[in-house]
Amino acid sequence: MAGSITKNTGSLSRFIMRRDRIRIPLWIIGISFFTLMVPIAFGDMYSSQQERDVMAETMQNPAMTAMVGPGNLGNYTIGAMTTHQMLLLTAVVVGLMSILLVNRHTRADEEDGRIEMIRSLPVGRLSNVNATLFVLVITNVVLAMVTGFGLFALGIESMDLEGSLLYGTALGATGILFAGVTAVFAQLSESSRGVIGYSIAVLLLAYLVRAVGDVGNETLSWLSPLGWITQSEAYSNNNWWPILLTVGVSIILFIFANYLNAIRDLEAGFFPARPGRKNASAFLQSPMGLALRLQRTGIIAWAIGLFVMGISYGSVMGDLESFFEGNEMLEQMLVAEEGYSLTEQFIPMLLMVMGILATVPPVMAMNKLIGEEKKNRVEHLLGRAVSRTKLAGSYLLISILNGFIMISLAAIGLWSAALAVMEDGFEFGTIYGAALVYYPAMLVMIGFAVLLIGFLPKLTSLIWLYVVYSFFVLYMGGLFQFPDWVGKFSPFGYIPQLPVESMEWLPIIILTIIAAFLMIIGFIGYNKRDIEG
Amino acid sequence: MSVLEVRNLTKKFGKFTALNGVDINVNKGEVFGFIGPNGAGKSTTIRVLLGILKATEGEANIFGKDAWSDAVEIHKSIAYVPGDVNLWPNLTGGEVIDLFVKLRGGNNKSRREELINKFDLDPTKKCRTYSKGNRQKVALVAAFSSDADLYILDEPTSGLDPLMEQVFQECVIDAKKAGKSVLLSSHILSEVEKLCDRVGIIRQGKIIETGSLNELRHLTRTNLLVETKQPITSLNELKGVHDIEEKDQALSFQVDTEELDTIIKHVSQFGIVKLESAPPTLEDLFMRHYENKDEAGAGGAS
Repeated sequence: MAGSITKNTGSLSRFIMRRDRIRIPLWIIGISFFTLMVPIAFGDMYSSQQERDVMAETMQNPAMTAMVGPGNLGNYTIGAMTTHQMLLLTAVVVGLMSILLVNRHTRADEEDGRIEMIRSLPVGRLSNVNATLFVLVITNVVLAMVTGFGLFALGIESMDLEGSLLYGTALGATGILFAGVTAVFAQLSESSRGVIGYSIAVLLLAYLVRAVGDVGNETLSWLSPLGWITQSEAYSNNNWWPILLTVGVSIILFIFANYLNAIRDLEAGFFPARPGRKNASAFLQSPMGLALRLQRTGIIAWAIGLFVMGISYGSVMGDLESFFEGNEMLEQMLVAEEGYSLTEQFIPMLLMVMGILATVPPVMAMNKLIGEEKKNRVEHLLGRAVSRTKLAGSYLLISILNGFIMISLAAIGLWSAALAVMEDGFEFGTIYGAALVYYPAMLVMIGFAVLLIGFLPKLTSLIWLYVVYSFFVLYMGGLFQFPDWVGKFSPFGYIPQLPVESMEWLPIIILTIIAAFLMIIGFIGYNKRDIEG
Repeated sequence: MSVLEVRNLTKKFGKFTALNGVDINVNKGEVFGFIGPNGAGKSTTIRVLLGILKATEGEANIFGKDAWSDAVEIHKSIAYVPGDVNLWPNLTGGEVIDLFVKLRGGNNKSRREELINKFDLDPTKKCRTYSKGNRQKVALVAAFSSDADLYILDEPTSGLDPLMEQVFQECVIDAKKAGKSVLLSSHILSEVEKLCDRVGIIRQGKIIETGSLNELRHLTRTNLLVETKQPITSLNELKGVHDIEEKDQALSFQVDTEELDTIIKHVSQFGIVKLESAPPTLEDLFMRHYENKDEAGAGGAS
């Protein structure tokens, strides 16, 4: 009888591999390609041990430790550098891969009623979950082998066979562990969204607990599977016990998932389905409230992302001077100015990158309007007593505020982290002002988005081309020695480079007027055209 | 007094003419049925009426105001239910209903609760978990709990089960009793037959027939089923008799309404045992329109 509850697991495994014959190889190729690129790039950028020691110095601060974990900074070889800077973040990506793949073949299939059809065939009750886990184990073993042997095959001196295999195995073990975590949540939660939500929450929690632990309390890091992974110290001490620990916990999770699956009904879960609100809050009952509610999660995620980006740029400010010396590529990108430190000269470029990146969420917020239109949902609003100007105005207002918040958060992150690591940090006003001058350029981008929505609703994604163009031309412009006029096609090309250059109000005022003009024209178009869908 | 007036409405999408001179008139307190096959232009007409599409030519007035330029003002007193309700997956049904009612202005809490119960809807569930029928219910509850003067319903019962369709029909009848007007576009002809005072049939962007059901029936045939003592002879020679079929002992056939008298006189000579007569269903009427037109079309082309 024991065999009957896992009957046909083999056939189901083959079926799962057949369904994912492109998806799984893409994950493996993507992750291993990325992993192999990094040591090669490090070898080019930091070719001497002296340069690597400078880098180690730069990395030696709490913000960096929180972000990438502890590393062997005393003997910072290319191998140690790769493990320190990449292993943890790659492990998070591998965990994400496992979460998405397991959910796809367990709760998502069950929710859509496909498991019901499978179960009506001569297939065991536990076959599906075990087939999924089996495929995931194979996937992660292959990933471990490909990255492990691949890293060794690069032939970099400090990257021996044992270290390389340990690196790959650490990634694979993390993947297997999160396959187990997801398999358990796939039994507990009733919806596939819930499974993904809980599993990613565990992943993020593991990352955060480790971050806090690595900076302060070491025992805390022992509670996090991602903390174990960083203890493997591939290419330095080569500890294998964290792998054994991870695999051991994975087996317990697999057994637990099987147990839960055996005692529950199909399509049922253990977490009660939470009923939602019966009535709308007063806040939701307006076009503006609705638009904000629909974008809430996205806005919060972007806000955190930009703040963290600001912090990570800021946290390297302390050792920038020594870091720049001797790095030809960066020196070429920065034009030497008399009277300013290299760190200060680096600021305008950082802020421009942040400014263009901070343009992405407000443009998304504006384009949400066209997304809603294409899904036939704006007619619910326009079919009631809501004018087009009011509807589009709500989205525009959110977009404008969104942009302001995003650039502000990035600047605050940069300033506060720089304050923590530099001997005498920047004035808040200097950084914030230098960031805020990019705001009018962001407004022009939003204006173009509005214009497209008003007149070319089918081509609204053209705005992204313009954003990418701006980024490419202005960020890479110095490196490739583009002529000046190439940058002048982007509003970002007119912004004075504070604090190195002096403030100029004229371009700021003109850009703001252009932005307002584009928005007004766009609104006129939106009021005149047919609604699509 | 007419609440809704469409005159010579034409709508072109590029070269394609979706509406070609549509005329509709809905009077106060009247339920107007708007029928026609898929792609005939029902939804396009309704979207012009809502000010979502701009008419290429012609007029569309509601409450005497222009459907395009006074859209917001008009929408304060109308309620609309689309045939394919797309909702926001992460909001609950209850939240959507409140939002919709609020956006129209006005709020009738007790009516909302009553309708949610009647339609047997769980308002605490997220819209992503709703089936098509349940999404339809959300739109219907929102529409009928608002105190509108004109209801524009575009195939509102698609996806509803027969019990819920019954509830829907009660809602329409209540609205009518309260002196409201309804424009009901539908595929379900029995529903239109039951609810509507007048109907308009649209085909390829043109209204081909408008009138009360009685007026339309007059143009068509009555179904008869007759059983007689002696076999009826020479029935097929009479004018106005169609589709004769033998059913067990009886004969079933259709009669042009204006010839009914002559034919009954003829049949009664054979000793009637059983006589069943049924008015033409809207379906007969509808099908006949399309059959005829197709024949005419085919003839014209050759």
